[in-house]
Amino acid sequence: MSLENSERRKFIGASFSAVAAVGGFFSLVAMKKTWDPLPSVKAAGFTTVDLSPLKEGELHQITWRKKPIFILKKTADMKADDNRDVIVDGARYTVCIGLCTHLGCIPSYKSGQFICACHGGIFDISGNAVFGPPPRGLDIPPFKIDGTKLVLGETSPEFEKLVKKA
Amino acid sequence: MANIKKSTSLGDWFDQRLAVKKFWNVMAAEYWIPKNISFLWAMGVILLALFVILFVSGLMLVMYYKPDAKLAFDSVNYTIMQEVEYGWLWRHMHGIAASITFLIIYIHTFTGIYYRSYKNGREMIWVSGILLFIIFSAEAFSGYMLPWGQMSYWAAQVITQLFGGVPIIGDALVEWIRGDYAVSDPTLTRFYMLHVCLLPIVIIAVIAFHFYSLRFPHVNNLDGEEIDFDLEGEKYLSGKVKESKVIPFWPGFLAKDFFYVSIFMIFFFYLVGFNYNFAMDPINFEPANSLKTPTHIYPEWYFLWQYEILRGFFFDIGPLKASDIGLIAFSFAGVSLGLLPWLDRSDVVAPAHKNRGFFIWFWVLLVDMILLSIFGKLPADGSIMGINNTYIGFVLSILYIGLIVVFLPLITILERKGR
Repeated sequence: MSLENSERRKFIGASFSAVAAVGGFFSLVAMKKTWDPLPSVKAAGFTTVDLSPLKEGELHQITWRKKPIFILKKTADMKADDNRDVIVDGARYTVCIGLCTHLGCIPSYKSGQFICACHGGIFDISGNAVFGPPPRGLDIPPFKIDGTKLVLGETSPEFEKLVKKA
Repeated sequence: MANIKKSTSLGDWFDQRLAVKKFWNVMAAEYWIPKNISFLWAMGVILLALFVILFVSGLMLVMYYKPDAKLAFDSVNYTIMQEVEYGWLWRHMHGIAASITFLIIYIHTFTGIYYRSYKNGREMIWVSGILLFIIFSAEAFSGYMLPWGQMSYWAAQVITQLFGGVPIIGDALVEWIRGDYAVSDPTLTRFYMLHVCLLPIVIIAVIAFHFYSLRFPHVNNLDGEEIDFDLEGEKYLSGKVKESKVIPFWPGFLAKDFFYVSIFMIFFFYLVGFNYNFAMDPINFEPANSLKTPTHIYPEWYFLWQYEILRGFFFDIGPLKASDIGLIAFSFAGVSLGLLPWLDRSDVVAPAHKNRGFFIWFWVLLVDMILLSIFGKLPADGSIMGINNTYIGFVLSILYIGLIVVFLPLITILERKGR
């Protein structure tokens, strides 16, 4: 074959590039999706918790999506926080994901505060960041109120309202 | 096809088919090394020896290791440590070699900085070296996670959480990397893939490139003397061995390398046999628990200086949150040394003690990194001599960044103008 026919070679080169680009793009899509959480992982993403047996002022901890969730029924002398409190059946609750918003350690509950030992972040009783490196208050998990029960993993108008304020 | 003749020997048979002689000459027998270099230049071959140890001991471990969140901990701490004959040996060799590799990488790197070997045509050697450091960091981190102990788990939790700092897609990105809402089995298996398959292949490729990048500019020497390697090589080949400023890599310099590798191996196996604990964090002998954080999370010693820079910032500046500033500083620290060839504004290639300013800069940088490492290990809420650790960490972090982006260019511009 002669090399003078470079126009044809250019055309073949361009066609190959086009095919390779399409193939490459779909390979990347497939790889991205392979790394996504599996359906079984996603399906296990809902947890229902009954709030009626909870005692006031005692921290209750459950697990949702393998993350610790703090639930605290506020006593009358604990400061109310309309931006963050979840109100169920007339009682105020602090409901938040128990992972420091800085780097994800679990803060410990000490005398009305959540204190993260690793880098010294402090959150108040409602989960607001009050000191240290955490960029925001403890995250509120998506929830739905169902009587005295709280369904975690599903959003609701109440949740949307809190997210907007917090 | 080349003209293949009847071979005169086995060596000749291969030479006609694979150009073995030519290859050997390029790689070793006529690859020229300056005569005036010291034992510090043996670190490269020691690192290669360590990589081979990591590779072989890793193969032994991977035969019994189970990449499953339920089985991983016991497969390491029971099967490999108790049941497999000499399993403890492979584990300790692997753990110690990983740790010591970073010690030697730091010596290798600081030798390069001291003799300013990153400049004037040697930029690619330098950049590929820093790239190796970064990939080795990823390799070390993904391997640290595999025993699935408490420290492994929380290290993975914290490091993957770092990606949450990426604007807009942060949270989704973290979930995607973990393959779950928290670090769990899918995270373990994908890090296993990275540690035993993808990253080793990339490391081998970059090591090959690192070697290749040396062939044209050749290695620097103790005096920063510019040598015409072709000319000196010809002198050597024509028999003027004494007069020539170079020796061949083989048998000239490799003989010296082997001597230092031998001494190093005695030290290495002393550590493996009698002092393996420093590479084994006691917290990691407790199985991973996603609902309990260790009171104090810290990385292995070789990441401490970067870790301290990550947590060194505790106040917001305008829209930038403290954690974002820390993250930016941390990312910068990771790649900062790769920028040296361009931040050094002088064209002088000479050892640091030939230039007062650079000499001081070098030692301040080294001491700063050691101090950062020390404070990286200390709890953030403690204090030294009445000064809060957070403030000390902040000052040391600012000093590091200042040394790299402000003082280095200043000193080297002065050097250029003063000549």
